Amino acid sequence: MVAQNFRHALFCALITLIIAWPIMGLKLTAVGTEITVVGASAFTWIAVALAAVIVFLFQLFRDKVMVGLGAVTILDRLADREPLPDEKRLRLENIGLVLLIAVALIWPFFVSRGAVDLATLVLIYIMLALGLNVVVGLAGLLDLGYVAFYAVGAYTFALLSNYWGASFWMALPIGALLAALFGLVLGFPVLRLRGDYLAIVTLGFGEIIRILLNNWTSVTGGPNGIGGIPDPTLFGMEFGRRVKEEGNTSFHETFGIAYSSEHKVIFLYLIALVLAIFTAFVIRRLMRMPVGRSWEALREDEIAARSLGLSRTGVKLSAFTIGAFFAGFAGTVFASKQGFISPESFVFLESAIILAIVVLGGMGSQLGVILAAIAVTILPELAREFSEYRMLIFGAAMVLMMVWRPQGLLPMRRRHIKLKAGG
Amino acid sequence: MLLLEDVHTHYGKIEALHGVSVEVNQGEIVSLIGANGAGKTTLLMTVCGTPQASAGRVLLEDRDITRLPTSEIMRSGIAIVPEGRRVFPGLTVEENLYMGGFFNNRTQNEQGIRHVYDLFPRLKEREHQRAGTMSGGEQQMLAIGRALMSKPRLMILDEPSLGLAPLVIKQIFEIIAQLRDEGITVFLVEQNAHQALQLADRGYVLETGRIRLQDTGANLLANPDVQAAYLGG
Repeated sequence: MVAQNFRHALFCALITLIIAWPIMGLKLTAVGTEITVVGASAFTWIAVALAAVIVFLFQLFRDKVMVGLGAVTILDRLADREPLPDEKRLRLENIGLVLLIAVALIWPFFVSRGAVDLATLVLIYIMLALGLNVVVGLAGLLDLGYVAFYAVGAYTFALLSNYWGASFWMALPIGALLAALFGLVLGFPVLRLRGDYLAIVTLGFGEIIRILLNNWTSVTGGPNGIGGIPDPTLFGMEFGRRVKEEGNTSFHETFGIAYSSEHKVIFLYLIALVLAIFTAFVIRRLMRMPVGRSWEALREDEIAARSLGLSRTGVKLSAFTIGAFFAGFAGTVFASKQGFISPESFVFLESAIILAIVVLGGMGSQLGVILAAIAVTILPELAREFSEYRMLIFGAAMVLMMVWRPQGLLPMRRRHIKLKAGG
Repeated sequence: MLLLEDVHTHYGKIEALHGVSVEVNQGEIVSLIGANGAGKTTLLMTVCGTPQASAGRVLLEDRDITRLPTSEIMRSGIAIVPEGRRVFPGLTVEENLYMGGFFNNRTQNEQGIRHVYDLFPRLKEREHQRAGTMSGGEQQMLAIGRALMSKPRLMILDEPSLGLAPLVIKQIFEIIAQLRDEGITVFLVEQNAHQALQLADRGYVLETGRIRLQDTGANLLANPDVQAAYLGG
């Protein structure tokens, strides 16, 4: 086996050298007004050579390494374990959930502001991924323009507050509903499409929304974006040092505590947490309702689903609409968190990342998707110290992940519908 | 029960059915036989509304369903077992059956599932297994069971014997006879002409989009032309 891999390994090592040599080995340095090419230090050369050797060895013993990777089965045991008896499982699940939510509610009061801010971002991504999971994971419709609905939610809030002074709580349902409406509108033309064709049309739709936002300068401010988006209020109490709007009171004065900028961050985190839990709960219910099963049936076999009297139109549109609705939710929270949005935030890469979360987590599995959202959002932050290699590490992690667990972190497990059939 | 009057069907510009008239009466088993490409599946699909007939009428229990959308047709007392079974491979047997009774309420579905398990005890054993992991015969049973879940008055079967072992085919045909005894009208489309005609009260022979012959099942079996063309002489 090793002999067979030898040529391949040699080839891979050569490719590594060819790629690494110009990128790492040559540096452009400005000398006065000229730019000259300088060779890198000896250390870099040694590093490049070492990398080539590692690639060579890895490819040579590839099969053994992969077997070693496959032996890491901690998650397999989680996924394949015998299902617990129903009552016990329910009780465990409930206790676990309550504990988890309690911890999630308390911990922001003890950690740094940056951590809470990051956690809010994680929660936004969880909402997005759960929503996309309905479209891609359950209904099997590959949507590459999901970020458009996110943008619709965010811009709805931004525009409403900019032109009519709407508050967060007013914009939240409007943003979500408007995003859902866009989902419905997009759903109609793509009803007849599947697979690759659907992916391309949705990709186009995502770009249309972004380009529209970018060019409609008179309304959206174009690339300059919209700033001054208000923070959410708690029953008319603002979290700023001074009250901005007539009739509102400020949070710290009402409760007689010292002003702290952290209050606002924590409050936003709590809102995102509640909305994320709401999203997970609603979608979980939907999955067990007939509409959820009809999504799965359509994904499994469209002709069979139609032969049973399911309407393709209704099923696809419901998946698109519900997915878009939760993206609108996430968009509103995002706009409020950032305080400023521009089309820059809604590029294709965002769609790709959300899709990556769903695929990494295991299509259709809610727990898997949540775990993946946490991992994918936090990983680049943790790797911030590596500065420019950050995305490289992210990419490597994704590749490793797909080699190790192609079916996703925690693939969806079939839950049996209980029917008292045996009478 | 089901009546096709001079039905023409087109795929784009190509006409696949050139004026077909078929009648299926209450309580009958009617077989439609024909060679590959004769238009058998097209005829069934036209009944289901995908594609819709370009001319002629399709009547179900005296109601014109020619222009109704597929989803509505499939909810009006008709059920189809599609060619190649087409069970949902990732769903369990139970969930597959549940999908069949999608528009029924819970009690109806509980009854329905019990009934299907009585007909096919094998499915009861496989209740929580993914449908994709079962054998072809079991999948065919599941496909029939799933179609039964909607409590149809008319059941259409498209090539139920396709790719199955002779013993399993025999079992499937026994079940079809049993369905008729329960009062379900059966419209059977088959390439396996011998068995299909033996079982049928009446039969039609379809050739290149036209009905060539129609008679009782027994007469068709005895017909020398049919014997030469479909029964191997």
